Amino acid sequence: MTAPQSAYKQAPAKTVPKPSWAQTFIALTRRGPLHVLLIFLAVLWLIPSFGILTTSFRSPADIATSGWWTVFDELDRLNLDNYDEVLRNSQLAPPGITQNFVNTLIITFPSTFLPIFFAALAAYGFAWMHFPFRNTLYLTIIALLIIPLQTTWVPVLRIYNIFGLAGTWPGIWLAHTAYGTPFAIFLLYNFFADLPGEVFDSARVDGASELMIFFRIVLPLSTPALASLAIFQFVWVWNDLLNALIFLQDSKMMPLTAGIRELLGQYGSQWNLLAAGAFISMIVPLMIFFSLQRYFVHGVTAGAVKG
Amino acid sequence: MTGRHSKWLPLLFVGPALFILVVFLVYPTLQTIYFSFTKGTMLNPGREFVGLANFERLLTADKTFLRLNQWPPSGVLPNTALWVLVFPSLTVGIGLLIAILSDRVRYEATIKSIIFLPMVISSTAASVIFIFVYSPDLTKGVLNAAMTSVLPQMDPITWLGRKELANIAIILAATWISAGLPTVVLSAAYKSLPREILEAAKVDGGNAWQVFWRVSFPMMKRPLTFVTIMLTINTLKMVDLILVMTEGGPRGATRVIGFTVWLEIFGNNRVGYGSAVAVILFILVTPAIIYQIRQVRGSLS
Repeated sequence: MTAPQSAYKQAPAKTVPKPSWAQTFIALTRRGPLHVLLIFLAVLWLIPSFGILTTSFRSPADIATSGWWTVFDELDRLNLDNYDEVLRNSQLAPPGITQNFVNTLIITFPSTFLPIFFAALAAYGFAWMHFPFRNTLYLTIIALLIIPLQTTWVPVLRIYNIFGLAGTWPGIWLAHTAYGTPFAIFLLYNFFADLPGEVFDSARVDGASELMIFFRIVLPLSTPALASLAIFQFVWVWNDLLNALIFLQDSKMMPLTAGIRELLGQYGSQWNLLAAGAFISMIVPLMIFFSLQRYFVHGVTAGAVKG
Repeated sequence: MTGRHSKWLPLLFVGPALFILVVFLVYPTLQTIYFSFTKGTMLNPGREFVGLANFERLLTADKTFLRLNQWPPSGVLPNTALWVLVFPSLTVGIGLLIAILSDRVRYEATIKSIIFLPMVISSTAASVIFIFVYSPDLTKGVLNAAMTSVLPQMDPITWLGRKELANIAIILAATWISAGLPTVVLSAAYKSLPREILEAAKVDGGNAWQVFWRVSFPMMKRPLTFVTIMLTINTLKMVDLILVMTEGGPRGATRVIGFTVWLEIFGNNRVGYGSAVAVILFILVTPAIIYQIRQVRGSLS
């Protein structure tokens, strides 16, 4: 969907003169309800994650006898034992969370790079080249952006069975590449189309080929768009459960999301392990969010229909 | 503007992506439409042509899909309707509220980050988080613990185990996940409104409430439509939140259409029947596809 471009720009910094003591006091009482409501919502939004995070550091005995909200009385007893157990004991939910983590890494990097590469080539073609049915083809890709993946599962699996791709790493990479490509083309097309065409023309005069223009001019100029896209696709693949279940099938190859679901199925009442496992699966996306928030928000707002 | 190049060069750029999309999206969708008129299993899909029998059974005979002879109607379609009616409007409402209110405070960025944070984690992790929140065990579920501490005579509620509550419980979890999206989109839209018009409305004697509903709100119609449609599409396609939280239970009460495709194909191994559900899902998202194509066509040169 066409997200308003302004979502990308940060709000201009407000320059407010420093208020006096009395002004602050009046403002606080007058605007009290506003602050109360906002802080209430913020706390409400933090409680669910805070509960699971806290629980991941508590002992099974403490979890069985008191709620996580009593944690402030037992801060000295918090420890990393649950993480130790869930990471080391691969017998809990084979192949174990550590192997799941490795699998997620194996799945995610190619599944991020490949769709961006193919989409960047295509987006340049759509934005700057002439060929028959160009607009019709582009609008078809826009339609594919919204198509529910449910309509593709069985036929793709049949193709995979014929070519021996089911249960292989290239199989899952290709699936993510295909499913990620329409959105990637859409996002990059919008960016490429706004690049200054005169630069390309003068490069052509100097004898540059289209491929050289693409690799030496278009890609370097598009770093912000490529970064947003890469971060979005990375987190999307990292968090994927369904494609892994459908196309990998083998439990030894399953990613973190499937490992957590397995833990939930087998140890649904052992919250110390579940909480630690869930948090391990969240760490990388959270780190990306906190370090690259601006790019990430841009990618998500532009791509919220994907999947 | 565009350079002169050989007739076949565009194929080098556009060809690989088009090939992948045809193999993975276009051809499979057409084949799924064909499968919807057949009966078959995963090993032998399309075994027997049955015409419209799958659709007829879904819409008239399958009580888990559509049951109209009781009030309220139950089954997959009414559940999906409940989601579509409640989830996007609730989520957009919360997003709009936070976008407008946080514009007036200095900790705006922090508030928006907190609301946006759940968008980063997987539906699987979010499911685990909310199974914990909704736990009937008073040493675990914070919701029941809070309610019983206010009303000590009340019994803890199994939110995800009761037919009449489970849907709304999952909708609230989905709202927690998704509210960040309307928040950031609407916040950006609100900040880009022309200040002079808002000031003029105030000078003309409008109070904050009137200025918002009569001036700001109508001017934000496009982004509001945009996020509502996005959230509606996501609702229709949704699988994993339901799969991990309830697997469609209790007794089928939380099945929605996207999840039902999964259940029929991979759970029940009824490929023709599941394909028919997928085709109904496809028909439901078609208006959004048309809307999107119109938006983009207008912007093409």
